[in-house]
Amino acid sequence: MEFKTFVFYVVAAILVFAALRTITARNPVHAALFLVLAFFSTAAIWMLLQAEFLAIILIMVYVGAVMVLFLFVVMMLDIDIARLRHRFWSYLPLGAMIGLLMVAEMALVLSGKYFSAAALPGQTMPEGYSNTKELGRLLYTEFVFPFELASVILLVGVIAAVMLTLRQRKDTKYQNPSEQLAVKRNDRVRLVKMATEKDLPAESEVKEGGQ
Amino acid sequence: MEALILNFFQWFWNLFGLWDAIWPWFQHVWPLAWSMMRIVAILVPLIVGVAYLPYFERKVIAYMHVRIGPNRVGPFGLLQPIADSLKLMFKEVLFPAKASTKLFIFGPIIALAPALVAWAVVPFADGWVLADIDAGVLFLLAVTSIGVYGIIISGWASNSKYPFLGAMRATAQMISYEIAMGMALVAVIMVSNSLNLSDIVRVQDQGRFADMGLSILSWNFIPLLPLFLVYLISGVAETNRAPFDVVEGESEIVAGHMIEYSGMAFALFFLAEYANMILVSFLTAIFFLGGWLSPVGFLPDGHHWLAAKVSFLLFCFLWFRATFPRYRYDQIMRLGWKVFIPLCIAWILVVGVWMMSPFNIWK
Repeated sequence: MEFKTFVFYVVAAILVFAALRTITARNPVHAALFLVLAFFSTAAIWMLLQAEFLAIILIMVYVGAVMVLFLFVVMMLDIDIARLRHRFWSYLPLGAMIGLLMVAEMALVLSGKYFSAAALPGQTMPEGYSNTKELGRLLYTEFVFPFELASVILLVGVIAAVMLTLRQRKDTKYQNPSEQLAVKRNDRVRLVKMATEKDLPAESEVKEGGQ
Repeated sequence: MEALILNFFQWFWNLFGLWDAIWPWFQHVWPLAWSMMRIVAILVPLIVGVAYLPYFERKVIAYMHVRIGPNRVGPFGLLQPIADSLKLMFKEVLFPAKASTKLFIFGPIIALAPALVAWAVVPFADGWVLADIDAGVLFLLAVTSIGVYGIIISGWASNSKYPFLGAMRATAQMISYEIAMGMALVAVIMVSNSLNLSDIVRVQDQGRFADMGLSILSWNFIPLLPLFLVYLISGVAETNRAPFDVVEGESEIVAGHMIEYSGMAFALFFLAEYANMILVSFLTAIFFLGGWLSPVGFLPDGHHWLAAKVSFLLFCFLWFRATFPRYRYDQIMRLGWKVFIPLCIAWILVVGVWMMSPFNIWK
Protein backbone atom coordinates (compact mmCIF):
# COMPACT_ATOMS: atom_id res chain seq x y z
CA MET A 1 0.00 0.00 0.00
CA GLU A 2 1.27 3.41 -0.93
CA PHE A 3 1.83 5.84 1.94
CA LYS A 4 -0.66 8.31 0.45
CA THR A 5 -3.39 5.68 0.44
CA PHE A 6 -2.61 4.86 4.06
CA VAL A 7 -2.94 8.55 4.99
CA PHE A 8 -6.21 8.75 3.08
CA TYR A 9 -7.70 5.81 5.01
CA VAL A 10 -6.61 7.21 8.36
CA VAL A 11 -8.03 10.66 7.61
CA ALA A 12 -11.20 9.22 6.10
CA ALA A 13 -11.75 7.06 9.20
CA ILE A 14 -11.40 10.13 11.42
CA LEU A 15 -13.78 12.03 9.16
CA VAL A 16 -16.46 9.34 9.33
CA PHE A 17 -16.05 9.05 13.10
CA ALA A 18 -16.27 12.84 13.56
CA ALA A 19 -19.31 13.08 11.31
CA LEU A 20 -21.07 10.31 13.25
CA ARG A 21 -20.25 11.90 16.58
CA THR A 22 -21.54 15.24 15.29
CA ILE A 23 -25.03 13.81 15.05
CA THR A 24 -24.84 11.45 18.04
CA ALA A 25 -23.06 13.60 20.66
CA ARG A 26 -25.45 14.50 23.47
CA ASN A 27 -23.85 17.82 24.25
CA PRO A 28 -24.39 20.38 21.45
CA VAL A 29 -21.00 22.01 22.11
CA HIS A 30 -19.26 18.66 21.73
CA ALA A 31 -21.23 18.10 18.52
CA ALA A 32 -20.05 21.45 17.15
CA LEU A 33 -16.44 20.62 18.04
CA PHE A 34 -16.73 17.27 16.27
CA LEU A 35 -17.99 19.18 13.24
CA VAL A 36 -14.78 21.23 13.42
CA LEU A 37 -12.79 17.98 13.43
CA ALA A 38 -14.79 16.82 10.41
CA PHE A 39 -13.87 20.04 8.57
CA PHE A 40 -10.22 19.46 9.42
CA SER A 41 -10.27 15.92 8.07
CA THR A 42 -12.02 17.10 4.90
CA ALA A 43 -9.33 19.72 4.43
CA ALA A 44 -6.68 17.03 4.84
CA ILE A 45 -8.35 14.89 2.16
CA TRP A 46 -8.51 17.87 -0.21
CA MET A 47 -4.85 18.47 0.49
CA LEU A 48 -4.16 14.88 -0.61
CA LEU A 49 -5.96 15.71 -3.86
CA GLN A 50 -3.50 18.61 -4.34
CA ALA A 51 -6.28 21.17 -3.88
CA GLU A 52 -4.27 23.11 -1.31
CA PHE A 53 -6.08 26.40 -1.92
CA LEU A 54 -9.52 24.95 -1.21
CA ALA A 55 -8.20 23.03 1.80
CA ILE A 56 -6.68 26.11 3.41
CA ILE A 57 -9.72 28.25 2.62
CA LEU A 58 -11.93 25.61 4.20
CA ILE A 59 -9.92 25.88 7.43
CA MET A 60 -9.79 29.66 7.27
CA VAL A 61 -13.46 30.31 6.53
CA TYR A 62 -15.29 27.42 8.16
CA VAL A 63 -13.03 26.49 11.07
CA GLY A 64 -11.62 29.95 11.72
CA ALA A 65 -14.76 32.03 11.39
CA VAL A 66 -18.07 30.23 10.79
CA MET A 67 -17.67 27.51 13.43
CA VAL A 68 -16.45 29.99 16.04
CA LEU A 69 -19.65 32.01 15.64
CA PHE A 70 -21.58 28.75 15.61
CA LEU A 71 -19.97 27.70 18.90
CA PHE A 72 -20.77 31.14 20.27
CA VAL A 73 -24.45 30.68 19.54
CA VAL A 74 -24.56 27.09 20.79
CA MET A 75 -22.83 28.07 24.04
CA MET A 76 -25.12 31.04 24.62
CA LEU A 77 -28.36 29.16 23.97
CA ASP A 78 -30.03 27.43 26.85
CA ILE A 79 -30.48 24.07 25.18
CA ASP A 80 -32.64 21.57 27.00
CA ILE A 81 -31.60 18.17 25.67
CA ALA A 82 -34.67 16.42 27.05
CA ARG A 83 -36.94 18.74 25.12
CA LEU A 84 -34.93 18.20 21.96
CA ARG A 85 -35.49 14.45 22.29
CA HIS A 86 -39.19 14.96 22.79
CA ARG A 87 -41.22 13.24 20.02
CA PHE A 88 -38.03 11.85 18.52
CA TRP A 89 -39.82 8.78 17.17
CA SER A 90 -42.57 10.70 15.48
CA TYR A 91 -40.04 12.82 13.58
CA LEU A 92 -37.83 9.85 12.72
CA PRO A 93 -39.64 8.68 9.53
CA LEU A 94 -39.51 12.17 8.00
CA GLY A 95 -35.83 12.59 8.90
CA ALA A 96 -34.96 9.14 7.61
CA MET A 97 -36.78 9.87 4.34
CA ILE A 98 -34.81 13.09 3.79
CA GLY A 99 -31.60 11.25 4.63
CA LEU A 100 -32.36 8.50 2.15
CA LEU A 101 -33.24 11.09 -0.48
CA MET A 102 -29.84 12.74 -0.03
CA VAL A 103 -28.05 9.38 -0.24
CA ALA A 104 -29.95 8.56 -3.44
CA GLU A 105 -29.08 11.94 -4.98
CA MET A 106 -25.43 11.57 -4.12
CA ALA A 107 -25.38 8.05 -5.52
CA LEU A 108 -26.94 9.32 -8.75
CA VAL A 109 -24.35 12.06 -9.13
CA LEU A 110 -21.34 10.01 -8.13
CA SER A 111 -22.25 7.02 -10.29
CA GLY A 112 -22.93 9.25 -13.30
CA LYS A 113 -20.44 9.53 -16.08
CA TYR A 114 -19.09 12.98 -15.09
CA PHE A 115 -17.77 11.90 -11.71
CA SER A 116 -16.57 8.39 -12.44
CA ALA A 117 -12.86 7.77 -11.96
CA ALA A 118 -12.34 7.59 -15.72
CA ALA A 119 -13.87 11.03 -16.34
CA LEU A 120 -11.75 12.85 -13.78
CA PRO A 121 -8.36 14.27 -14.77
CA GLY A 122 -5.35 12.21 -13.81
CA GLN A 123 -3.54 12.63 -10.52
CA THR A 124 -0.24 13.49 -12.16
CA MET A 125 0.11 17.24 -12.60
CA PRO A 126 2.81 18.93 -14.68
CA GLU A 127 5.93 20.21 -12.92
CA GLY A 128 5.40 23.57 -11.19
CA TYR A 129 1.61 23.26 -11.29
CA SER A 130 0.01 25.54 -8.73
CA ASN A 131 -3.59 24.90 -7.86
CA THR A 132 -3.91 28.37 -6.33
CA LYS A 133 -2.59 30.10 -9.44
CA GLU A 134 -4.79 28.07 -11.80
CA LEU A 135 -7.88 28.79 -9.71
CA GLY A 136 -7.08 32.50 -9.63
CA ARG A 137 -6.49 32.59 -13.37
CA LEU A 138 -9.81 30.88 -14.13
CA LEU A 139 -11.78 33.00 -11.65
CA TYR A 140 -10.51 36.28 -13.03
CA THR A 141 -10.58 35.43 -16.73
CA GLU A 142 -13.12 32.85 -17.90
CA PHE A 143 -15.50 33.03 -14.96
CA VAL A 144 -15.09 36.69 -14.06
CA PHE A 145 -18.78 37.59 -14.53
CA PRO A 146 -20.24 34.79 -12.40
CA PHE A 147 -17.53 35.53 -9.84
CA GLU A 148 -18.38 39.23 -9.67
CA LEU A 149 -22.07 38.39 -9.54
CA ALA A 150 -21.48 36.09 -6.58
CA SER A 151 -19.52 38.80 -4.79
CA VAL A 152 -22.31 41.33 -5.35
CA ILE A 153 -24.83 38.86 -3.93
CA LEU A 154 -22.59 38.36 -0.91
CA LEU A 155 -22.31 42.13 -0.48
CA VAL A 156 -26.10 42.42 -0.55
CA GLY A 157 -26.23 39.72 2.11
CA VAL A 158 -23.74 41.60 4.29
CA ILE A 159 -25.62 44.89 3.99
CA ALA A 160 -28.96 43.17 4.63
CA ALA A 161 -27.61 41.50 7.77
CA VAL A 162 -26.33 44.85 9.04
CA MET A 163 -29.62 46.57 8.25
CA LEU A 164 -31.65 43.86 10.00
CA THR A 165 -29.75 44.29 13.23
CA LEU A 166 -29.48 48.06 13.01
CA ARG A 167 -32.34 49.48 15.00
CA GLN A 168 -32.39 52.85 16.61
CA ARG A 169 -33.10 52.48 20.28
CA LYS A 170 -34.05 55.55 22.22
CA ASP A 171 -32.93 54.23 25.59
CA THR A 172 -29.33 53.27 24.76
CA LYS A 173 -26.58 55.59 25.86
CA TYR A 174 -23.59 55.66 23.60
CA GLN A 175 -20.57 57.84 23.20
CA ASN A 176 -19.24 59.44 20.09
CA PRO A 177 -15.44 59.16 20.33
CA SER A 178 -14.78 61.77 17.65
CA GLU A 179 -16.91 64.26 19.57
CA GLN A 180 -15.13 63.30 22.75
CA LEU A 181 -11.77 63.84 21.13
CA ALA A 182 -12.80 67.14 19.55
CA VAL A 183 -13.75 68.61 22.90
CA LYS A 184 -12.01 71.86 23.84
CA ARG A 185 -11.07 72.97 27.31
CA ASN A 186 -13.38 75.97 27.08
CA ASP A 187 -16.42 73.70 26.55
CA ARG A 188 -15.86 71.87 29.79
CA VAL A 189 -13.98 74.03 32.23
CA ARG A 190 -15.01 77.45 33.43
CA LEU A 191 -12.37 79.34 35.34
CA VAL A 192 -13.73 81.61 38.00
CA LYS A 193 -11.60 84.46 39.12
CA MET A 194 -11.59 84.81 42.86
CA ALA A 195 -9.68 86.92 45.23
CA THR A 196 -7.01 84.79 46.91
CA GLU A 197 -7.58 86.48 50.25
CA LYS A 198 -10.69 87.52 51.97
CA ASP A 199 -10.98 89.77 54.96
CA LEU A 200 -12.19 87.92 58.02
CA PRO A 201 -15.55 89.08 59.26
CA ALA A 202 -15.80 90.65 62.68
CA GLU A 203 -15.40 88.28 65.66
CA SER A 204 -18.99 88.45 66.87
CA GLU A 205 -20.33 87.38 63.49
CA VAL A 206 -18.07 84.30 63.38
CA LYS A 207 -19.39 83.07 66.69
CA GLU A 208 -22.96 83.25 65.50
CA GLY A 209 -22.18 81.77 62.07
CA GLY A 210 -20.08 78.98 63.50
CA GLN A 211 -22.93 77.45 65.50
CA MET B 1 23.89 21.56 5.84
CA GLU B 2 22.01 18.32 5.31
CA ALA B 3 25.07 16.66 3.73
CA LEU B 4 27.26 17.92 6.56
CA ILE B 5 25.12 16.30 9.26
CA LEU B 6 24.80 13.13 7.22
CA ASN B 7 28.59 13.00 6.93
CA PHE B 8 28.89 13.45 10.67
CA PHE B 9 26.54 10.52 11.22
CA GLN B 10 28.57 8.40 8.83
CA TRP B 11 31.80 9.30 10.65
CA PHE B 12 30.20 8.60 14.05
CA TRP B 13 28.85 5.18 13.14
CA ASN B 14 32.03 4.27 11.27
CA LEU B 15 33.87 4.57 14.59
CA PHE B 16 32.01 1.41 15.56
CA GLY B 17 32.07 0.01 12.03
CA LEU B 18 28.27 -0.06 11.95
CA TRP B 19 27.52 2.43 9.14
CA ASP B 20 27.19 -0.20 6.39
CA ALA B 21 24.87 -2.19 8.62
CA ILE B 22 22.45 0.59 9.50
CA TRP B 23 22.44 2.67 6.27
CA PRO B 24 20.04 0.38 4.29
CA TRP B 25 17.18 1.07 6.71
CA PHE B 26 18.45 4.43 7.95
CA GLN B 27 18.16 6.03 4.50
CA HIS B 28 14.37 5.58 4.65
CA VAL B 29 14.17 7.24 8.05
CA TRP B 30 16.60 10.03 7.18
CA PRO B 31 14.13 12.52 5.53
CA LEU B 32 11.89 12.26 8.59
CA ALA B 33 14.84 12.58 10.97
CA TRP B 34 16.14 15.60 9.06
CA SER B 35 12.74 17.33 9.27
CA MET B 36 12.55 16.58 12.98
CA MET B 37 16.00 18.05 13.50
CA ARG B 38 15.00 21.27 11.76
CA ILE B 39 11.77 21.46 13.77
CA VAL B 40 13.76 21.09 16.98
CA ALA B 41 16.22 23.71 15.75
CA ILE B 42 13.31 26.14 15.37
CA LEU B 43 11.35 25.22 18.48
CA VAL B 44 14.15 25.12 21.07
CA PRO B 45 15.25 28.75 20.51
CA LEU B 46 11.57 29.69 20.39
CA ILE B 47 10.85 28.10 23.76
CA VAL B 48 13.94 29.75 25.26
CA GLY B 49 12.75 33.05 23.81
CA VAL B 50 9.28 32.48 25.23
CA ALA B 51 10.81 31.77 28.65
CA TYR B 52 12.97 34.89 28.63
CA LEU B 53 10.50 37.32 27.07
CA PRO B 54 8.49 37.62 30.34
CA TYR B 55 11.78 38.27 32.14
CA PHE B 56 12.62 41.08 29.72
CA GLU B 57 9.06 42.34 29.98
CA ARG B 58 9.38 42.62 33.73
CA LYS B 59 12.81 44.24 33.48
CA VAL B 60 11.87 46.72 30.73
CA ILE B 61 8.63 47.76 32.40
CA ALA B 62 10.42 47.99 35.73
CA TYR B 63 13.00 50.40 34.31
CA MET B 64 10.21 52.42 32.69
CA HIS B 65 8.60 52.62 36.13
CA VAL B 66 11.99 53.50 37.70
CA ARG B 67 12.11 50.18 39.55
CA ILE B 68 14.67 47.40 39.34
CA GLY B 69 12.57 44.37 38.44
CA PRO B 70 13.49 40.73 39.18
CA ASN B 71 17.01 40.64 40.63
CA ARG B 72 16.98 37.89 43.26
CA VAL B 73 17.39 34.61 41.34
CA GLY B 74 20.82 34.44 39.76
CA PRO B 75 22.86 37.39 38.49
CA PHE B 76 20.53 40.22 37.39
CA GLY B 77 17.64 37.82 38.08
CA LEU B 78 18.57 35.87 34.94
CA LEU B 79 17.46 32.54 36.42
CA GLN B 80 13.99 33.91 37.22
CA PRO B 81 12.30 32.19 34.23
CA ILE B 82 13.70 28.83 35.35
CA ALA B 83 12.45 29.37 38.89
CA ASP B 84 9.04 30.41 37.53
CA SER B 85 8.72 27.40 35.26
CA LEU B 86 9.80 25.01 38.05
CA LYS B 87 7.16 26.53 40.29
CA LEU B 88 4.49 26.10 37.62
CA MET B 89 5.54 22.51 36.96
CA PHE B 90 5.20 21.47 40.59
CA LYS B 91 1.84 23.12 41.14
CA GLU B 92 -1.28 21.02 41.12
CA VAL B 93 -3.62 21.35 38.15
CA LEU B 94 -7.04 21.92 39.67
CA PHE B 95 -10.25 20.92 37.95
CA PRO B 96 -13.41 22.92 38.71
CA ALA B 97 -16.43 20.90 39.82
CA LYS B 98 -18.66 19.79 36.94
CA ALA B 99 -16.16 21.09 34.40
CA SER B 100 -15.88 19.26 31.11
CA THR B 101 -12.56 17.60 31.99
CA LYS B 102 -11.49 16.51 28.51
CA LEU B 103 -12.15 19.90 26.96
CA PHE B 104 -10.62 21.60 30.00
CA ILE B 105 -7.31 19.88 29.20
CA PHE B 106 -7.78 20.26 25.45
CA GLY B 107 -8.21 24.07 25.64
CA PRO B 108 -4.64 25.09 26.54
CA ILE B 109 -3.20 22.53 24.11
CA ILE B 110 -5.18 23.88 21.16
CA ALA B 111 -4.16 27.40 22.21
CA LEU B 112 -0.47 26.56 22.03
CA ALA B 113 -0.39 24.22 19.01
CA PRO B 114 -1.23 26.80 16.26
CA ALA B 115 1.32 29.22 17.74
CA LEU B 116 3.99 26.56 17.11
CA VAL B 117 2.67 25.17 13.79
CA ALA B 118 2.78 28.60 12.14
CA TRP B 119 6.60 28.61 12.36
CA ALA B 120 6.74 26.02 9.57
CA VAL B 121 6.52 28.71 6.88
CA VAL B 122 8.52 31.51 8.53
CA PRO B 123 11.77 32.20 6.64
CA PHE B 124 14.69 33.17 8.89
CA ALA B 125 17.10 33.96 6.06
CA ASP B 126 17.25 33.30 2.33
CA GLY B 127 16.41 29.60 2.06
CA TRP B 128 16.27 29.05 5.84
CA VAL B 129 12.69 27.87 6.01
CA LEU B 130 11.15 24.57 7.06
CA ALA B 131 8.43 24.45 4.39
CA ASP B 132 8.93 26.79 1.44
CA ILE B 133 5.33 26.56 0.22
CA ASP B 134 3.67 28.83 -2.32
CA ALA B 135 0.52 29.32 -0.23
CA GLY B 136 2.48 30.45 2.83
CA VAL B 137 0.40 33.51 3.68
CA LEU B 138 -2.83 31.54 3.35
CA PHE B 139 -1.39 28.81 5.57
CA LEU B 140 -0.49 31.39 8.20
CA LEU B 141 -3.94 32.98 8.15
CA ALA B 142 -5.58 29.56 8.43
CA VAL B 143 -3.36 28.33 11.26
CA THR B 144 -3.52 31.51 13.33
CA SER B 145 -7.31 31.56 13.04
CA ILE B 146 -7.42 28.24 14.92
CA GLY B 147 -5.83 29.72 18.06
CA VAL B 148 -9.14 31.27 19.07
CA TYR B 149 -10.52 27.78 19.78
CA GLY B 150 -8.14 27.43 22.72
CA ILE B 151 -9.75 30.42 24.37
CA ILE B 152 -13.36 29.61 23.57
CA ILE B 153 -13.04 25.95 24.58
CA SER B 154 -11.26 26.68 27.86
CA GLY B 155 -13.73 29.44 28.68
CA TRP B 156 -16.66 27.13 28.16
CA ALA B 157 -15.13 24.02 29.73
CA SER B 158 -14.33 25.85 32.98
CA ASN B 159 -18.04 25.90 33.86
CA SER B 160 -17.72 29.30 35.46
CA LYS B 161 -19.03 32.76 34.63
CA TYR B 162 -15.89 34.90 34.46
CA PRO B 163 -13.98 32.55 32.15
CA PHE B 164 -17.00 32.39 29.89
CA LEU B 165 -17.35 36.18 29.73
CA GLY B 166 -13.61 36.48 29.12
CA ALA B 167 -13.76 33.90 26.34
CA MET B 168 -16.66 35.76 24.70
CA ARG B 169 -14.73 39.02 24.76
CA ALA B 170 -11.55 37.42 23.48
CA THR B 171 -13.26 35.58 20.66
CA ALA B 172 -15.13 38.61 19.38
CA GLN B 173 -11.97 40.70 19.58
CA MET B 174 -9.74 38.16 17.86
CA ILE B 175 -12.16 37.50 15.00
CA SER B 176 -12.58 41.25 14.40
CA TYR B 177 -8.87 41.96 14.30
CA GLU B 178 -8.15 38.90 12.18
CA ILE B 179 -10.15 40.58 9.41
CA ALA B 180 -8.12 43.78 9.69
CA MET B 181 -4.87 41.78 9.63
CA GLY B 182 -5.97 39.79 6.59
CA MET B 183 -7.02 42.98 4.81
CA ALA B 184 -3.64 44.58 5.52
CA LEU B 185 -1.96 41.53 4.00
CA VAL B 186 -4.02 41.79 0.80
CA ALA B 187 -2.06 44.87 -0.30
CA VAL B 188 1.24 43.18 0.63
CA ILE B 189 0.28 40.23 -1.56
CA MET B 190 -0.72 42.62 -4.37
CA VAL B 191 2.63 44.38 -4.46
CA SER B 192 4.64 41.18 -3.94
CA ASN B 193 2.70 39.20 -6.52
CA SER B 194 3.22 36.08 -4.42
CA LEU B 195 1.87 34.20 -1.40
CA ASN B 196 5.30 32.82 -0.55
CA LEU B 197 6.89 34.52 2.46
CA SER B 198 10.43 34.25 1.10
CA ASP B 199 9.31 35.88 -2.17
CA ILE B 200 7.60 38.67 -0.22
CA VAL B 201 10.96 39.48 1.39
CA ARG B 202 12.86 39.19 -1.90
CA VAL B 203 10.50 41.62 -3.64
CA GLN B 204 11.36 44.23 -1.01
CA ASP B 205 14.98 44.06 -2.17
CA GLN B 206 14.03 45.38 -5.63
CA GLY B 207 13.33 48.87 -6.81
CA ARG B 208 15.04 52.19 -7.42
CA PHE B 209 16.23 52.73 -3.85
CA ALA B 210 17.46 49.15 -3.42
CA ASP B 211 19.55 49.59 -6.58
CA MET B 212 21.04 52.73 -5.06
CA GLY B 213 22.06 50.66 -2.03
CA LEU B 214 19.31 51.94 0.26
CA SER B 215 17.17 48.84 0.61
CA ILE B 216 15.46 50.33 3.68
CA LEU B 217 13.55 52.78 1.45
CA SER B 218 12.24 49.90 -0.69
CA TRP B 219 10.70 47.98 2.18
CA ASN B 220 6.94 47.68 2.24
CA PHE B 221 6.44 49.85 5.27
CA ILE B 222 6.94 53.08 3.33
CA PRO B 223 4.45 52.70 0.46
CA LEU B 224 2.09 50.71 2.73
CA LEU B 225 2.57 52.81 5.88
CA PRO B 226 -1.13 52.86 6.95
CA LEU B 227 -1.32 49.08 6.54
CA PHE B 228 1.91 48.61 8.48
CA LEU B 229 0.42 50.50 11.41
CA VAL B 230 -2.88 48.61 11.09
CA TYR B 231 -1.01 45.30 11.06
CA LEU B 232 1.16 46.19 14.03
CA ILE B 233 -1.74 47.45 16.17
CA SER B 234 -3.98 44.55 15.11
CA GLY B 235 -1.15 42.22 16.04
CA VAL B 236 -1.16 43.65 19.56
CA ALA B 237 -4.94 43.24 19.72
CA GLU B 238 -4.79 39.74 18.21
CA THR B 239 -2.38 38.53 20.89
CA ASN B 240 -4.61 40.10 23.58
CA ARG B 241 -1.81 42.30 24.88
CA ALA B 242 -2.11 45.65 26.62
CA PRO B 243 -3.70 48.07 25.80
CA PHE B 244 -6.16 45.57 24.29
CA ASP B 245 -6.00 43.04 27.13
CA VAL B 246 -9.65 43.26 28.17
CA VAL B 247 -9.62 39.46 27.96
CA GLU B 248 -7.78 39.16 31.23
CA GLY B 249 -8.51 42.72 32.48
CA GLU B 250 -7.57 42.09 36.08
CA SER B 251 -9.77 44.86 37.42
CA GLU B 252 -12.92 43.51 35.72
CA ILE B 253 -12.86 39.79 35.05
CA VAL B 254 -9.66 38.80 36.86
CA ALA B 255 -7.97 36.66 34.17
CA GLY B 256 -10.70 35.83 31.68
CA HIS B 257 -10.58 32.28 30.36
CA MET B 258 -7.50 31.49 32.48
CA ILE B 259 -9.04 31.93 35.93
CA GLU B 260 -9.68 28.27 36.62
CA TYR B 261 -6.31 27.10 35.33
CA SER B 262 -3.29 26.42 37.48
CA GLY B 263 0.13 24.81 37.14
CA MET B 264 1.22 23.62 33.72
CA ALA B 265 -2.23 24.10 32.18
CA PHE B 266 -1.92 27.80 32.94
CA ALA B 267 1.69 27.78 31.76
CA LEU B 268 0.54 26.58 28.33
CA PHE B 269 -1.64 29.70 27.94
CA PHE B 270 1.33 31.76 29.01
CA LEU B 271 3.57 30.03 26.45
CA ALA B 272 0.94 30.51 23.75
CA GLU B 273 0.62 34.23 24.44
CA TYR B 274 4.35 34.89 24.27
CA ALA B 275 4.88 32.54 21.30
CA ASN B 276 2.16 34.47 19.48
CA MET B 277 3.84 37.77 20.33
CA ILE B 278 7.12 36.55 18.87
CA LEU B 279 5.31 35.17 15.81
CA VAL B 280 3.48 38.44 15.15
CA SER B 281 6.76 40.35 15.48
CA PHE B 282 8.42 38.01 12.98
CA LEU B 283 5.54 38.35 10.54
CA THR B 284 5.50 42.14 10.80
CA ALA B 285 9.24 42.18 10.15
CA ILE B 286 8.86 39.86 7.16
CA PHE B 287 5.85 41.53 5.57
CA PHE B 288 6.75 45.18 6.12
CA LEU B 289 10.32 45.57 7.36
CA GLY B 290 12.18 43.53 4.77
CA GLY B 291 12.75 40.33 6.78
CA TRP B 292 16.42 39.35 6.68
CA LEU B 293 17.42 42.24 4.36
CA SER B 294 20.06 44.67 5.46
CA PRO B 295 18.88 48.31 5.49
CA VAL B 296 21.89 49.53 3.50
CA GLY B 297 23.66 47.97 0.54
CA PHE B 298 27.20 47.79 1.96
CA LEU B 299 26.25 45.53 4.89
CA PRO B 300 25.49 41.87 4.12
CA ASP B 301 21.96 40.49 4.53
CA GLY B 302 21.38 37.82 7.12
CA HIS B 303 19.29 36.38 9.90
CA HIS B 304 20.79 38.83 12.43
CA TRP B 305 18.91 41.66 10.71
CA LEU B 306 15.66 39.78 11.17
CA ALA B 307 16.56 39.20 14.82
CA ALA B 308 17.26 42.92 15.30
CA LYS B 309 13.93 43.93 13.74
CA VAL B 310 12.03 41.35 15.76
CA SER B 311 13.72 42.51 18.97
CA PHE B 312 12.68 46.07 18.25
CA LEU B 313 9.06 45.05 17.58
CA LEU B 314 8.98 42.94 20.75
CA PHE B 315 10.32 45.91 22.66
CA CYS B 316 7.42 47.93 21.21
CA PHE B 317 5.00 45.33 22.61
CA LEU B 318 6.46 45.84 26.10
CA TRP B 319 6.64 49.60 25.60
CA PHE B 320 2.93 49.75 24.69
CA ARG B 321 2.10 47.84 27.83
CA ALA B 322 4.02 50.26 30.01
CA THR B 323 2.59 53.32 28.24
CA PHE B 324 -1.06 53.02 27.33
CA PRO B 325 -4.09 52.64 29.58
CA ARG B 326 -6.47 49.80 28.73
CA TYR B 327 -9.02 50.45 26.01
CA ARG B 328 -12.69 50.19 26.82
CA TYR B 329 -14.28 47.19 25.12
CA ASP B 330 -16.60 49.13 22.79
CA GLN B 331 -13.69 51.34 21.78
CA ILE B 332 -11.68 48.26 20.79
CA MET B 333 -14.52 47.06 18.59
CA ARG B 334 -14.96 50.52 17.08
CA LEU B 335 -11.25 50.77 16.30
CA GLY B 336 -11.26 47.38 14.57
CA TRP B 337 -14.42 47.64 12.54
CA LYS B 338 -14.92 51.35 11.93
CA VAL B 339 -11.33 52.57 11.60
CA PHE B 340 -8.98 49.78 10.56
CA ILE B 341 -11.11 47.87 8.07
CA PRO B 342 -12.24 50.99 6.11
CA LEU B 343 -8.65 52.24 6.17
CA CYS B 344 -7.44 48.92 4.76
CA ILE B 345 -10.06 48.90 2.01
CA ALA B 346 -9.20 52.50 1.07
CA TRP B 347 -5.49 51.76 0.93
CA ILE B 348 -6.02 48.58 -1.12
CA LEU B 349 -7.83 50.81 -3.62
CA VAL B 350 -4.98 53.34 -3.59
CA VAL B 351 -2.40 50.59 -4.13
CA GLY B 352 -4.50 49.09 -6.93
CA VAL B 353 -4.72 52.42 -8.76
CA TRP B 354 -1.04 53.06 -8.07
CA MET B 355 -0.04 49.72 -9.58
CA MET B 356 -2.04 50.42 -12.74
CA SER B 357 -0.69 53.96 -13.11
CA PRO B 358 2.62 54.87 -14.81
CA PHE B 359 4.06 55.59 -11.34
CA ASN B 360 4.08 51.90 -10.45
CA ILE B 361 7.19 51.21 -8.37
CA TRP B 362 6.76 47.44 -8.00
CA LYS B 363 7.54 46.27 -11.55
